[in-house]
Amino acid sequence: MSDHAFTISADSRIRDPYRLNRAGGHGTGSATGHGQGGPASKFVTVAYGFWIFLLSDIIMFSAFFAAYAVLAKATAGGPTGKDLFEPARVAVQTGVLLTSSFTGGLATLASHRRSMAATQFWLLITGLLGAAFLFLEVQEFATMIGEQAGPSRSAFLSAFFALVGCHGTHVALGLLWLGTMMAQLWVKGFRPDILRRLHCFGLFWHALDIIWVAIFTLVYLLGASP
Amino acid sequence: MLGKLDWSAIPFDQPIPLGAAFAVFLAAAAVLCWISLKGYWPYLWSEWITSVDHKRIGVMYIVLAMLMLLRGFVDAIMMRTQQVLAIHGPGYLPPEHYDQIFSAHGTIMIFFAAMPFMIGLMNFVVPLQLGIRDVAFPTLNSVSFWLTATGALLVNISLVIGEFARTGWLPYAPLSETTYSPGVGVDYYLWSIQISGVGTLLTGVNLVTTILKMRAPGMGYLRMPMFCWTSLASNLLIVAAFPILTATLAMLTLDRYLGFHFFTNEAGGNQMMFVNLIWAWGHPEVYILVLPAFGIFSEIFSTFSSKPLFGYRSMVAATMFICIVSFMVWLHHFFTMGAGADVNAAFGIATSVIAVGTGVKIYNWLFTMYGGRVRFDTPMLWALAFVTTFTIGGMTGVLLAVPPADFVLHNSLFLVAHFHNVIISGVLFGAFAGFTYWFPKAFGFRLHEGWGKAAFWVTLVGYMLVFVPLYIVGLLGMTRRLQHIDMDLWAPWLVVAAFGVLVMIIGAALQIMQLVVSIRHRDKLRDETGDPWDGRSLEWSTSSPPPAFNFARLPHVENEEPYWSIKQRGIKEQSAETETAYDPIEMPRNSPTGFVTAFFSTLIGFALIWHIWWLAIVGFIGAYATFVVFAWRDHGDYEISADEVARIDRHRQAAQLAWLRNWERPA
Repeated sequence: MSDHAFTISADSRIRDPYRLNRAGGHGTGSATGHGQGGPASKFVTVAYGFWIFLLSDIIMFSAFFAAYAVLAKATAGGPTGKDLFEPARVAVQTGVLLTSSFTGGLATLASHRRSMAATQFWLLITGLLGAAFLFLEVQEFATMIGEQAGPSRSAFLSAFFALVGCHGTHVALGLLWLGTMMAQLWVKGFRPDILRRLHCFGLFWHALDIIWVAIFTLVYLLGASP
Repeated sequence: MLGKLDWSAIPFDQPIPLGAAFAVFLAAAAVLCWISLKGYWPYLWSEWITSVDHKRIGVMYIVLAMLMLLRGFVDAIMMRTQQVLAIHGPGYLPPEHYDQIFSAHGTIMIFFAAMPFMIGLMNFVVPLQLGIRDVAFPTLNSVSFWLTATGALLVNISLVIGEFARTGWLPYAPLSETTYSPGVGVDYYLWSIQISGVGTLLTGVNLVTTILKMRAPGMGYLRMPMFCWTSLASNLLIVAAFPILTATLAMLTLDRYLGFHFFTNEAGGNQMMFVNLIWAWGHPEVYILVLPAFGIFSEIFSTFSSKPLFGYRSMVAATMFICIVSFMVWLHHFFTMGAGADVNAAFGIATSVIAVGTGVKIYNWLFTMYGGRVRFDTPMLWALAFVTTFTIGGMTGVLLAVPPADFVLHNSLFLVAHFHNVIISGVLFGAFAGFTYWFPKAFGFRLHEGWGKAAFWVTLVGYMLVFVPLYIVGLLGMTRRLQHIDMDLWAPWLVVAAFGVLVMIIGAALQIMQLVVSIRHRDKLRDETGDPWDGRSLEWSTSSPPPAFNFARLPHVENEEPYWSIKQRGIKEQSAETETAYDPIEMPRNSPTGFVTAFFSTLIGFALIWHIWWLAIVGFIGAYATFVVFAWRDHGDYEISADEVARIDRHRQAAQLAWLRNWERPA
C-alpha cells in the first residue's frame, strides 16, 4: 500500500475507529478528544455538549439575575425582601440542596463500582432531598402569596418569583429526570448510554447548586441585610 | 373547552388575509394530494421526515427558509405598495392590518428565513468540511429542525386563526403588554419564537460541540476551513445570546399571562429593561446571521480565484474579534434612551470598532482575488455584489454609530435602508451564494448558470432601486412604519422604491425558474466528480451527493486546504487513491423523535396562545412520553457493511480518477 492521501496507517482489522458511537462510551479509543486527533469518544462529546448547554442555561439565569438587580428596589410601596425573607428557612433549603449534591456525588461513585443497590439508594436520597428543598420553596411562595406579597404586587416581587421560581422549576424537572433515569437504570443496568446520562445529571444537579449559591447570596443575604 | 378560541378568530370580514390564507391552504392541500397520489409518503417519512442525517436536515432547513423567504417577501411587497397607494389616501391596508404585516415581515425574515437558511447551510456543510460523518448529536439535530418548523407553522396559522402581533418584529413593552395588546397577536409571536428559539439553541450546542470535539484527524484549529471558523463563532453567539431572548420573552409572557410587572407601566415595571435585554440578544443575532455568510464568501472568493484565502489567520482573528465585540454594542439601538453622553460615546466607539474587524475581512477578500484567476460563476457574482454593496451598508452603519447623527436618524427610513442594506447583501446574498455553491454537492447536479446570472443581475438592480430611495427619504425625514403619507416631497422616491420591488419580483421569479430549469435538465448539469468548482476543502473530496457516511475513511488533514493538496498529489502521481481496506461503519438510526416532539410542541404552543389549558397539559405529557420512549431505545445505531462501503467508495474513486486524467489534459 503506497502512501496516498486518503489512506490511514490504520490496521484494517480495527473496526472503523471513528464510528459515531465508538468505544462504547468511555474514551478508550485512539482519539485524543481534543478534536484534532479525530472525533472524540461519545462520552466526551456528550458531557462536553451538556456542559455547553449548562453554560447557556446559566446565561439564561444571568438575565433573570440582571432583571432582579434592576427591579430589586422597585417595591411599589409593597413589602421588601427584609420584610419577607426568612433566613432560617433559606438556611435549611441551602443545607438540603448542597447535601443532595453530595449524595448525588456518592451515587456517581457507586455507579463507578457498578453497585446497583448503592447507586439507586444514593439517587433516591438525592431525589428526596431535592423534593424537600422544593417543598420548602413552595411553602415559602404560598406563605408570601397568602400575605398579599405575590408576584403581581410589585416589580421586585415579579423578579423575585421569576428568578427563584425558575431555579425551582429546574429542580422539579431534575426530579422528573432523576425518577425516569432510576427506572431506566433498574431496567437496563449500567449500559454506557445510561452512565453518560447519569454523568450529565450529575453536572446538571451541581450547576443548580451553583445557581442556588448565587441566589442565596444575591437575593436572600443581600435582601435581608439592612 | 377551547379557551379564547371561537369563530370570531377567523377574519371573515377581511378579504385580504382570508384570501391569502385560502390560497395557501389550497396550495398546501394540492401538494399533499399530489404526494399522496404519487405514493411518496413512505419515502418522505423514512428518508426525510425521520432522517437524522445532517445533510438531509440541512436541505430541509433550506426548503423551509425559502418558503418563508417568499412569505416575508409578499409582506414586503404589500408594504411598499401600500406606501405608494397611501400618499394622500388610505391605501388598501387598514392600520391594524398594516401593523401586522410589518411585524410579520421582520419576524419571518429574521427567525424563519435568514436563520434557517444559515443554519441549514451550516448543518449541511460543516461536518463535510470537518471531514466527519455527522454532527455530535444527530437526533437532537432533527429535533432542532422540527421545532423551528413548529415556530414557522404557528406564525402562519396566525394568518387564518386570530391575528399576528402589531408591535413590530421586537415586541417592545409596554405596547406588547395586555393593556395595549389584549389580542392573541403577541402570544403568537411569543410562543412561536420561544419554541423555535429552543431549536436554535440546541443547534448551537450541537454545532459548537461538533466543531470543537469532532474534527478529522490532523485538523487542528488553524487548519479548519474559514466557514467552519465563522460557524463556530456564530454558534458560540447562539449559545451565549439566545438564552437572553428566552429569558426576556419568558418575562413578557409572565407579564401577559400571570400579571407580573417586569415591563408594565405600573407597580415599578421597567420598560427600558425590555429594550436593553432584547437588544443584548438582538445585536449578537445580527452577527449570528452574518458571520456564516462571511464564511461562505471566504470559501467562494478563494475557490473562484483559484488561490488560498489571503490572510487566513487575520481572518480567524477578525472573526473572533467580531464574535466578542458584538456583545458590547447593543445600546446603539437606542441611543435616544437618554443614558447620557458618556455611555452613548462608549457604545458608539465600540460600534465603530466592529467595522475594523469587518474591514480586515473586506481587504482579505480583495487580496484573495488579487493575482488570482478569477472565474465569474454565479456564486462569485453574488460575492462580488456583496463586497461592494455591503461596504456601503457598513459605512452608513458607522454613520449611525455616531450618537448625534443617530438622534436625527433614529427610527427613520435611513435606518431601515441601512439594516436592509447590510442584511440583504450580507445574509441574503450569502445565502444565495452558498445555495448555488453547494447545491451540486447536495443533489449531484449544478444550477443552470444562465438563469442564475439573470436572477442575480435583476435582483441586484431591484435591490438598489428599492433601498437607495429609502436612504434618501430617510434623510428627508420620513419615519419607519408609516401607514399613510401626506408629504409630497417623499412621493417620487416611494414610487421608485415600489418600482424596485417590481424588479425584485422578477428576480425572485428568475430564481424559481433557475431551479425548475435545473431540475428538468439535471442530466445535462450532472456533476460526476463531486468537485464541480475545483474546490479546496474536504466537502469536494467525496461524491455528490455524498453517501450517508460522508467519508469511507476519515481523511488525514495536513494543512489548511486538504483537498487541494490531495488533488495536487494525485496529479503528480497520476492516480487517485488505490485499493484500500474498508471497515464497516456505524451510523445513527433514523428516528421520528424530532417530528413527534414538534407535533406536541405545536399543540402546546397553540393551546397556550388560546388559553386551552387541558390541551397544553396533553402536549406536555406527550412531549415527555416521546422523550422517555427515545431514551428507552436499545439500538441507536446500524452498521453499513464493509462490502457496501467499498462498493460505494470505489464508484467515487473511479469518477475521481477520470477527473484527474482530464485535469492533466485540459480540453
